[in-house]
Amino acid sequence: MLKDITLGQYFPGDTVVHRLDPRTKLILTIVYIIALFTANTAAGYVLVLAALVAFAALGHIPAKALLKGLKPLVFIIVFTAILNLFFTTGDDYIFRWHSVKMTWTGLRNAVAMVVRVMLLVSGTFLLTYTTSPLAITDGLESLLSPLKKVKVPVYELSLMMSIALRFIPTLIEETDRIMSAQKARGADLETGSLVQRAKALLPLLIPLFVSAFRRADELATAMECRCYNGGEGRTRMKVLKMAARDLWTLLIGALLLAGVIVLRSLGI
Amino acid sequence: MPLMEIRGLTHTYSAGTPFEKVAVDHLDLDIEAGQVIGLIGHTGSGKSTLIQHMNALLKPDEGTVRFHGEDIFASKESMYKTRFKVGLVFQYPEYQLFEETVYADIAFGPKNQKLGKDEVDRRVRDAAAFVGLTEEQFQKSPLDLSGGQKRRVAIAGVLAMEPELLILDEPSAGLDPAGREDLLQKLFRWREARDATVLLVTHDMDTAARCDSLVVLDRGHIFTQGRPGEVFSRAEELWELGLGLPEATHIAMLLRERGVSLPGDIYTIPQLKDAVLALYGRGETTC
Repeated sequence: MLKDITLGQYFPGDTVVHRLDPRTKLILTIVYIIALFTANTAAGYVLVLAALVAFAALGHIPAKALLKGLKPLVFIIVFTAILNLFFTTGDDYIFRWHSVKMTWTGLRNAVAMVVRVMLLVSGTFLLTYTTSPLAITDGLESLLSPLKKVKVPVYELSLMMSIALRFIPTLIEETDRIMSAQKARGADLETGSLVQRAKALLPLLIPLFVSAFRRADELATAMECRCYNGGEGRTRMKVLKMAARDLWTLLIGALLLAGVIVLRSLGI
Repeated sequence: MPLMEIRGLTHTYSAGTPFEKVAVDHLDLDIEAGQVIGLIGHTGSGKSTLIQHMNALLKPDEGTVRFHGEDIFASKESMYKTRFKVGLVFQYPEYQLFEETVYADIAFGPKNQKLGKDEVDRRVRDAAAFVGLTEEQFQKSPLDLSGGQKRRVAIAGVLAMEPELLILDEPSAGLDPAGREDLLQKLFRWREARDATVLLVTHDMDTAARCDSLVVLDRGHIFTQGRPGEVFSRAEELWELGLGLPEATHIAMLLRERGVSLPGDIYTIPQLKDAVLALYGRGETTC
């Protein structure tokens, strides 16, 4: 059951979108978000949606997968919609009954908010669906490298992220194992009150922490044995390289943003 | 009636995905009470999956497991109760220790059995004595012990539940030869004293040779079973399965190839010693 947990599920594939440099995809995602929040007209949202659909189609990501990503957010989306619907001030009432009132401005805001949140989440999901976690880490490190000048430990941060990602499956496996071992001794993790169940987690969490520290120690030793001494002057096996398709993609991103700005200033 | 009857047991991992793997495939097995049974097989032959069905940790996709003639998967309750009657010691059990003291950790199982305080205390002391832990160690943190001692605490934690069938997955992995021998003797002694049944999963053919009977697993099927002598007489087939032979059997085989006439049923060092000495006309000598 624990194996079902996935973080930023990656759909392996070999499409144009998968092959794009992770830096391009990161920049494109940021441009996409800016465009999304700049848009304030129906035409603007349609343009952003068109970009999303185009990239999802190119990356062979089914619409179902994108919609599935929205599932955990249904509550937040509904909540934002209701807040906007009933608590927007204005005088173009659809109806009012005592202190409960609904305005056309509120309705417009609610629809815009829902569309924004959905497009925002689907867009970022598209990034994690088509880019492996390690590629994202590499891309981030490369994009943030200018910050090294102001003493931000970019390399160390990205190494921490890669190690964390590397050990997620290991820790899940370990959790499964310890859980089975404690169940074999009659541990009951499923029934009882909330307090009882929280207590029942101790036999699981303590060995898990102990082994996580042990693994960290062993990893540190193994890295030192191979003369690891920080990021300075370290070369990579896979060097990130921008290709023509990356330039085209960035151009499309720029056009998207320009289009949204034009639509906003024209007010259509 | 055998202690445990397994019929048509099938377990498939990740069914319906590209990663589908049939770990145990329509397997039938009887476990007779009162012996030490060795379960051997190459990595990925389904040993771990099989033993986790025996104490209802895993549910079969098909087939039944009966303990004393009763289906252990009949209800949630029967599954839970089976865990105390069929004790399972996982590989590297020392990584499951969590309590503040050795005593409390061994008492975890019996306490879950809802036994009285005195009974829990008796069982903890008995189990600790069997694995050779002293009372001074009771109040220590299990994390401060050495690797071998941690292993003993973990095994004692399962022994304290006083199971009728004790299953151990490679209990001697990672121990030195002396530690391995010591642990094995303690387990044999425990089995005799409690008149229980022990199932040992092992990769070590010298350990397997000392079991009362052996079950050989290959790709989710039972390849063969019987007394160690019968199983090891099929040396070449075992070799092809990726399994070895006990050292003594191997030496006897090589000696026979060089024209030394030795009897066929040699699979422990004492047997080899006796057979070689018999050739020189001396039955009993000290080595």
